[in-house]
Amino acid sequence: MKKLLRYLRPYRRESVLGPLFKLLEASFELFVPLVIADLVDVGIANADVPAIWRMCLLLIALGVIGLVCSITAQYFAARAAVGFATELRRDLFAHIQSLSYAELDTVGTPTLINRLTSDVNQVQSGVNLVLRLFLRSPFIVFGAMVMAFTIDFDAALVFVVAIPLLCAVVFGVMIASIPLYRRVQEGLDQLTRLTREHLTGARVIRAFNRQADEQRSFAAASDALVRGQLFVGKISALMNPATYVIVNLAIVALLWTGALRVDSGALSQGDVIALVNYMSQILVELIKLANLILSVTRALACARRIEGVLDLAPSLREAPDAQRAPHAAAGEEKVAFDHVSFAYPGAQANALDDIHLTVRRGETVGIIGGTGSGKSTLVNLIARFYDATEGTVRVDGHDVRTLPLEALRSQTGIVPQKTELFKGTIAENLRWGNPDADERAMEAALETAQALDFVRARGKGLESWVTQGGKNLSGGQRQRLAIARALVRRPEILILDDSASALDYATDANLRRAIRSLEGGMTVFIVSQRTASVWNADQILVLDDGRQVGLGTHEELLATCPVYQEIYRSQFGKEGA
Amino acid sequence: MEQAYNTRDTLKKIWAFLRPYKLLAAASVVCAALTVVLTLYLPILTGEAVNCIVGPGAVDFAGLVRLLVQMGVVIALTALFQWLMNLANNRITFCVVRDIRERAFDRLAELPLRYLDGHAHGDILSRIIADVDQFSDGLLMGFTQFFTGVLTILGTLVIMLNIHAGIALVVIVLTPISFLVAAFIAKQTYSMFKLQSETRGELTAHIDEMIGGAKVVQAFGRERAAQERFDEINGRLRDCSLRATFFSSITNPATRFVNSMVYAAVAVVGALAALGGGITVGALTSLLSYANQYTKPFNEISGVVTELQNAVACAARAFELMEAEPQTPDAPDAAVLEQVHGAVTLQNVDFSYRPDQELIRDLNLSVRPGQRVAIVGPTGCGKSTVINLLMRFYDVDGGSISVDGHDIRSVTRDSLRASYGMVLQETWLKTGTVRENILFGHPEATEEEMVAAAKAAHAHSFIRRLPQGYDTRISEDGGNLSQGQKQLLCIARVMLSLPPMLILDEATSSIDTRTEIRIQQAFARMMQGRTSFIVAHRLATIREADQILVMRDGKIIEQGNHDELLARGGFYAELYHSQFERF
Repeated sequence: MKKLLRYLRPYRRESVLGPLFKLLEASFELFVPLVIADLVDVGIANADVPAIWRMCLLLIALGVIGLVCSITAQYFAARAAVGFATELRRDLFAHIQSLSYAELDTVGTPTLINRLTSDVNQVQSGVNLVLRLFLRSPFIVFGAMVMAFTIDFDAALVFVVAIPLLCAVVFGVMIASIPLYRRVQEGLDQLTRLTREHLTGARVIRAFNRQADEQRSFAAASDALVRGQLFVGKISALMNPATYVIVNLAIVALLWTGALRVDSGALSQGDVIALVNYMSQILVELIKLANLILSVTRALACARRIEGVLDLAPSLREAPDAQRAPHAAAGEEKVAFDHVSFAYPGAQANALDDIHLTVRRGETVGIIGGTGSGKSTLVNLIARFYDATEGTVRVDGHDVRTLPLEALRSQTGIVPQKTELFKGTIAENLRWGNPDADERAMEAALETAQALDFVRARGKGLESWVTQGGKNLSGGQRQRLAIARALVRRPEILILDDSASALDYATDANLRRAIRSLEGGMTVFIVSQRTASVWNADQILVLDDGRQVGLGTHEELLATCPVYQEIYRSQFGKEGA
Repeated sequence: MEQAYNTRDTLKKIWAFLRPYKLLAAASVVCAALTVVLTLYLPILTGEAVNCIVGPGAVDFAGLVRLLVQMGVVIALTALFQWLMNLANNRITFCVVRDIRERAFDRLAELPLRYLDGHAHGDILSRIIADVDQFSDGLLMGFTQFFTGVLTILGTLVIMLNIHAGIALVVIVLTPISFLVAAFIAKQTYSMFKLQSETRGELTAHIDEMIGGAKVVQAFGRERAAQERFDEINGRLRDCSLRATFFSSITNPATRFVNSMVYAAVAVVGALAALGGGITVGALTSLLSYANQYTKPFNEISGVVTELQNAVACAARAFELMEAEPQTPDAPDAAVLEQVHGAVTLQNVDFSYRPDQELIRDLNLSVRPGQRVAIVGPTGCGKSTVINLLMRFYDVDGGSISVDGHDIRSVTRDSLRASYGMVLQETWLKTGTVRENILFGHPEATEEEMVAAAKAAHAHSFIRRLPQGYDTRISEDGGNLSQGQKQLLCIARVMLSLPPMLILDEATSSIDTRTEIRIQQAFARMMQGRTSFIVAHRLATIREADQILVMRDGKIIEQGNHDELLARGGFYAELYHSQFERF
């Protein structure tokens, strides 16, 4: 909690003044029953008309002061809560951006997005509520009791009995029902799951004629949900009647003791009325308090989750003495893996095991293997998205950990397996690769990426609109744009991470041909599951379960590497092509 | 006007669902009325009790005791009726909601796949779950608060008028001011809230993109640009959020202020009336407590009305789903397809998903029992369309499809589908154990039969290595299994019943080589002697097929066997050369 409270510090003044004004308002509210008591005892009993008007003015004055105080309180609370959330959100966003791939993998981006949006909003309204109400309600409950004591000790004892009883009922029902409500929520989740399954599996369910069974299990889950709801409903249905009984029996008790005290002359009629009024005030506030605690609990859970994210430290940092290095010349070593092993955080087995590979500038390297064999992991080490657990990765002859991240990444063009495009025009998306690219450069990149035709065909060309995630484009078009985005920065190292999977074979072949013919000595890594995509590479690395089981040209591997032979045969049949 | 009509229409449908619970509803209404009357009666008794306590030596103990006993009885009865009312309301609401949900879910099975494919699953899901939930909240609130609120207002008015008409008038005239104030503030803040939610939406969209694509953002070094844009939107959000939060939070103090003014007015008018002997001090106490209570139901009701409108809108969305046009039912005289040999004929078949986009035109295909048909084409070319038609997930627009000479529209859907074994690339498994999933198509199979099917699908060995073997639970997204393992389970599921015809999708992506070889072996075993339609990726499969359908952009553009198609030198030949020859 401490970490988040820090964000309230710039709003210290507001956080103190808000509740303070709220308390002032509450204090004035507590005076109202006393004024009414005087109205009866002084005004009516003595037939004192000016006194009656005085009391009336006093009531109005109390109302005005209450209004001013509470508006002031609301203002300070809103300022503090909104300011708090704004700064928390900014820091959280910056923090999430600073996380490295390893943390993004473990936490998952949907979770992070939730923390930044709904959780921060929940905490904001929690802070606002706390500043406004958390002091007020207990204050009124105890204030009313204290006032009762100033009126009459004996009668006030009724409060001493009634308040704990009320608390027990209100909070007892709450405590008993919260876990049950959670169960109800689980029941609802179950229904959601069944429905979603029914939708995604519509074809299979119909193919096997299982509709009736699905309906039966839905009905069963639905019945279970109703039983749970009715059960918890029975408990929470007790709350209102029980509190009603306690408060009103307390009023009966007050009237009886009041009558005895009035008879003996210790109390006036107006005092009895005031006592009854105080009792009614308490009930209202206790129920408010119970609701408040519910929302605060929810906000606290959100706050803890946000803190969990803030506590994540980026596992990968730039070396303080990082220095740029000159690019390797043609034919020199560009990228090298020197006995590199890598394990994902928390994983038992290595995702990469003792990889040893030297790539000269201008070479094309194919990386092939089944799913989960470590292909993507391997290329992610080049631009240092992860750090090797053992061994060294070198770029331009230097350990990547000694190079500035910006310099390292800006010379690499990556086309990730999962294509991410962003809302904006095609040109804006391409400029991600190179903010200064002009139209000619962009068109050249599109042409190489086999994307120029379809971009031109879209009425506005480079200025055509791309919706979020590129949903208005086909999978193949998205991949080609992502390739163009990487090419437009004219990278030293181009990494195609299984990025032609949605392209048909002809386009894939044309793409590889175009990339080969580019000038400038680009070093290319092609990750693929298809032999056809890599067999022209200068060297092919074969991965199996994170181990390097083959390295060489297509012909060499076909002759010597059993895993490569197996992959090849599975794609081309036993007799080969 | 149409809106009003629709609302009335929806209410009528809601009423239809309420009807089975009308006795319970009547009980709830009676309990609510009793609760309100008793609640309102209590302040009168309190007032009379206060009247018994005038001053020292002037306390009417006999009268007081009688009144206090009465109060006790009234309190007990109020609590009892209130409790009964709550129970009845809960039961009505939850049961109605269950009935609606079950009806909606049942409807899903009758909807044509065209509907399910054409609507976002998230949307259908929220109609059945979230909307109905919202409706239930609204219904419950309506039952518990709307009716009692209205009764309370009416009752209070009658009682106040009875005690003292003048004071009652003061309350009636002054109270509306608080609603005017509330409405005024709401109107003023509406645009602020709209701006706030728009800005919030903008920020969420930005977060969604930048955090969702965090890896790409990092790869291209765009962190600073993303943060700058974030700060800009965040700053705007702070400004409009502060305004919206603050101005809307004035509502409460403002209405409370108006109420305290009403209270003061009642106090002074009442006190003056008491002086003139118009009312007793006790009656004044009752009036004050009524004045305090009077505004509360108004505030509640205005909340409930919005909630109810929302609930009706949500119910309408759920009903919309239930009333979507179902698939054409099986013909009443539909035959049951039995002892299928596997001769499939497509005759002059026309089909399109959208009327303006012609896909399949005049397709003719004749498949003899035991033949293999390969469907070939680039990814996303609509190969699943053929599957949709064969399984009658969609009906043809023209022409006919027949199995063993029976038009598939003249046989029951169940028997048609039972004659096909289907393994799709999207491996759908149920949440449940491995066993339940294999038994999915044939629940009454014996343990031996199930294990035999798993063995035939080459799935037995990996299943045995799972933590609980056949009783291992598969999580919702099947996350604890690899893609290939899921595929093997789907094959085992078909193996268990092994119908006379097959529809297979050779998945190549995201499966490791070893598993893929196993899947191919399993496929080969299944296809022996069975008419098979294969969405093919492997050269071997394509070459061995008796017939090949070549698809592109959703259309079937070439048809024939491997040699014929190569000789033709068309799209298939091009595809073949680009895929399997080095450039």
